[in-house]
Amino acid sequence: MSTTIIWTIAIIALLGLVLAVVLYLVAERFKVVEDPRIDEVEKVMPGANCGGCGFAGCRAFADAAVKAPNLDNNYCPVGGNEVMKKVAAILGYEIKEKAPMVAVVRCNGSCEARPRTNDYDGYASCRVKAALYSGDTGCSFGCLGCGDCVSACQFGALSMDPATGLPVVDESKCTACGACAKACPKAIIELRPKGPRGMRMYVSCVNKDKGPSVKQACANACIGCGICFKTCQHGAIVFENNVAYIDPAKCKFCRECEAMCPTGAIHGVNFPKPIDKDAIKARIKERNAKAAEAAKAAAAEPKKEEA
Amino acid sequence: MSRRTFSMGGVHPADNKISRDCKIEVLPIPETVYIHLGQHIGAPAKPIVAVGDKVKVGQPVAEPGGFVSAYIHSSVSGTVKSIAPRKDLAGNPQMCIEIAVEGDEWLEGIDTTDTVITDFPDDAKTSLEKIKAAGIVGLGGATFPTHVKLTPPPGKKCDMLIINGCECEPYLTSDFRTLLEKGEQVAIGAAIIKNVLGVDKATIAIEDNKPEAIKHMNEVLANLRKISSKYAGISVMSLMKKYPEGGEKQLIDAVMHRQVASGGLPIDVGAVVQNVATALAVYDAVQKNKPIIDNSVTVTGECFPKQANLLVRVGTPLRYIIDYLGGMPADAAKVISGGPMMGKAIANLDAATLKGTSALLFLTKKQTARGKEGNCIRCGKCAEACPMGLEPFLLNRLSRAGGMLDQLEKNAVQDCIECGCCLYSCPANIPLLDVIRQSKAQVMGVIKARAAAAAAAKK
Repeated sequence: MSTTIIWTIAIIALLGLVLAVVLYLVAERFKVVEDPRIDEVEKVMPGANCGGCGFAGCRAFADAAVKAPNLDNNYCPVGGNEVMKKVAAILGYEIKEKAPMVAVVRCNGSCEARPRTNDYDGYASCRVKAALYSGDTGCSFGCLGCGDCVSACQFGALSMDPATGLPVVDESKCTACGACAKACPKAIIELRPKGPRGMRMYVSCVNKDKGPSVKQACANACIGCGICFKTCQHGAIVFENNVAYIDPAKCKFCRECEAMCPTGAIHGVNFPKPIDKDAIKARIKERNAKAAEAAKAAAAEPKKEEA
Repeated sequence: MSRRTFSMGGVHPADNKISRDCKIEVLPIPETVYIHLGQHIGAPAKPIVAVGDKVKVGQPVAEPGGFVSAYIHSSVSGTVKSIAPRKDLAGNPQMCIEIAVEGDEWLEGIDTTDTVITDFPDDAKTSLEKIKAAGIVGLGGATFPTHVKLTPPPGKKCDMLIINGCECEPYLTSDFRTLLEKGEQVAIGAAIIKNVLGVDKATIAIEDNKPEAIKHMNEVLANLRKISSKYAGISVMSLMKKYPEGGEKQLIDAVMHRQVASGGLPIDVGAVVQNVATALAVYDAVQKNKPIIDNSVTVTGECFPKQANLLVRVGTPLRYIIDYLGGMPADAAKVISGGPMMGKAIANLDAATLKGTSALLFLTKKQTARGKEGNCIRCGKCAEACPMGLEPFLLNRLSRAGGMLDQLEKNAVQDCIECGCCLYSCPANIPLLDVIRQSKAQVMGVIKARAAAAAAAKK
């Protein structure tokens, strides 16, 4: 009886030993040599696996960052400069600090401003709707309102406002991963720099149609009148295809364009004081009068030179 | 009753051909027409008239913008008012030529009489040139330029021409009326196409819910055969009514018992399919020098006060047609361009008709109501109904998961013909086609990009 037990223990112990040796040899033979820094970098990443950096997940990003010669093309929008500094410290690289970004919805066509021209009863997805037709309003560029961006956001930063039918970005939650911008079939959502103390100016419309038909479709749209372009003293307004665009790199936050816009398509957000349109308009008028005088004087001068 | 049909899938929606006894009526010419430059598959045409030009009926106003493209002609006589983007049926802006109508003056050389000319030129090249110059496109729905389709790629041989007179979509009757009223012209058109392709056999395929048309076409062909030997080899085939029999690949299966492989073309199995209306247009072009300037449109629906089959000039505003027939019915909730299965809902009634517009269908709220979407119960009805042998339930899941394009391609989403059988048969009211159509477009984009990259690498 006892010999059976002894034999059993002995055989199992021997078997264990042999298998352990085999496993050890196999592990040594097929060992995958991996840079230990990949693990280190992955540890400091936010771990959202959102794909905002352009890689499949945080580990893929870490892998790419370790292999890259510098960090110029690798940037984690979710972690921002803080995380990138840590990554740079591990890898011994330098980073170029980037301005924090935020998603901006560039459509202003609320339910009242943009009346419905037909009812959509198909599958509730912006992608499907956009493939079928121009949408249930007169505007073929605007928000379709099915919320593809909301379902694309992993951070809960987007929600549909039932009053306007438009998505709203919660700035405190938005990590600028860009998933919503990719999900939007109308390319309405844009990642823009957050701006100093969160101050931002942007044109909340992407309609490229000509003025009269835009006006018919939506009361809040950019009608392409070009007043903002003429008003701006900083060359920040790009005017193309009947729609204005504010270049965030050049904008000086003077809010003159916002005051002059006839349809209210230009939005300024997070400013400490509410806009005083009359004061700004008076200022512009004065400046224009001065400029006109100067032009008159300049027109008179060349004659003297010629003489 | 014929038992001949395609082998896989299909559904039997109610026929509802309530306008079948309405003769084709000529619609008076509207005051203004809007002629779209993108009326066909392929590159949009390029305008060759300027604002202020006087045009006559049948005068070309736009030339092909590429190899797969077609001429477009003025459907009225008058003055070009503008060439500018205008919203199409789907509400998207498209380039349009606006012509204000003045009288009805036809271009010289167009035979406007009703005399039937049975003798046609033997020279295939002349006929093909005339077909190209007349801007003929496939009028069965796909609007593929006909002259391209009638020029098979080198090395491929055509065994049979099939004239598609199935009209398997419920409600539509314009092809049926064309067969009854212009059967002779259709048969001559078929003979011309047969001659261009150089094939011995042609079949006019008609579903057995149109016995009058089958009988009439048999009589017409018997008479024509007595006149000339050119009409030998053309026969009429009766097919069992089943949707989507008029689909190109389904029709080839039903008539020839040959299956077109995934990604293949009908010519790969020796078949060319042309619609009845296209055959008529070919007759007009070759025998009468008349380009496509009008087409027959079925205007129908239970809620619509007057059923009609109208001969409509290309570019007629939809509102004009509706007003002519007594105005928009109060209980119509949806207007569809085409049939209820494959037609598209119209978002903009100010849009104008195209060459390929075959019907205006008015449906009530009750008729178009979608049931509440439930869960997939894996009953497999969609897979049973799919005439292409796909698995719509799987494609639906893959599409909704997102980012599964490789799996979708493996499961042949690109073969979907968008017939809607899956959606029609789903007991859980899942919008299968809406979802699948979207991912099909994405996969087609990937395939095209890959082909373009391969072609660039070869160079």
